[in-house]
Amino acid sequence: MLEVRYRTARTLPLGRVEVRPSGVSIRPADAEARFVLRVRSTEGEVAGLPLDRPINTVSGDDRRWIARLGPDEWLIGVPEGEADLLQTSAASDLAGRAHALVDVSNRNVGIDVEGLRAAELLNAGCPLDLGDAAFPAGKATRTLLGKAEIVLIRRAGAQARYRVECWRSLATYVHGFLQEAGMGIGEG
Amino acid sequence: MLLIACPHCGNRPETEFRCGGQAHIARPEQPGAIDDQNWSEYLFVRKNPRGVHAERWNHAHGCGRWFNALRDTVSDRFIETYPMGASPKSETTSEARA
Repeated sequence: MLEVRYRTARTLPLGRVEVRPSGVSIRPADAEARFVLRVRSTEGEVAGLPLDRPINTVSGDDRRWIARLGPDEWLIGVPEGEADLLQTSAASDLAGRAHALVDVSNRNVGIDVEGLRAAELLNAGCPLDLGDAAFPAGKATRTLLGKAEIVLIRRAGAQARYRVECWRSLATYVHGFLQEAGMGIGEG
Repeated sequence: MLLIACPHCGNRPETEFRCGGQAHIARPEQPGAIDDQNWSEYLFVRKNPRGVHAERWNHAHGCGRWFNALRDTVSDRFIETYPMGASPKSETTSEARA
């Protein structure tokens, strides 16, 4: 049971008068190539993306990023056209080290949540403390949103820009959840 | 909300975790050499203490790693969490592991 305070508004059978959430935008991300990397040592880089950053942080930029989700697990995102290139360069960067690089581009779906009240919206279903002190820009972690497991990434910069990564089969649930939470935000 | 201190991720909400039962159960060195009584005790018999209990926990919806924890089963308070393979620092160790 989630013990967070749900701020989602009620969905009515005939729909609702369109309420545009103020101060937050929920936008499905474009197709992107993503990889899960498992390797024991954190030395060196993979395709120019560093491995030695602390657990639960993201490095790189919005286009090419690497999130360290655990001691030996990373989630990598690159533009779709670079998928083959990344696999080739990872193979040469990690040559001689036991590792697993799995293409999860079709498994993962990204949703960008941005705006002043984005943290408030995510907290409708995410039990983490998303305040600036506890979850500053550059943080990334696997967590829960409602009943679904997500990877939550806070992009660099002072503005609150989040990426929610979920599995494909949960994408409609996660997107619907965010939109309903957005109605609650819209009502103030 | 109950916070649990994952050794990798720090304090995180309880909903992200799964409990894996009693910790520090050593598999018999020679399973073929012990009798049925001892083998069944190794497989099935677990402590159910009123008080401090050493448990395995998994940060299932976080880093995904297993770790150990000392938890008081009366107050539900986590006394300590420590990595797999390590021993707890608290003095309650001997009672919890006995």
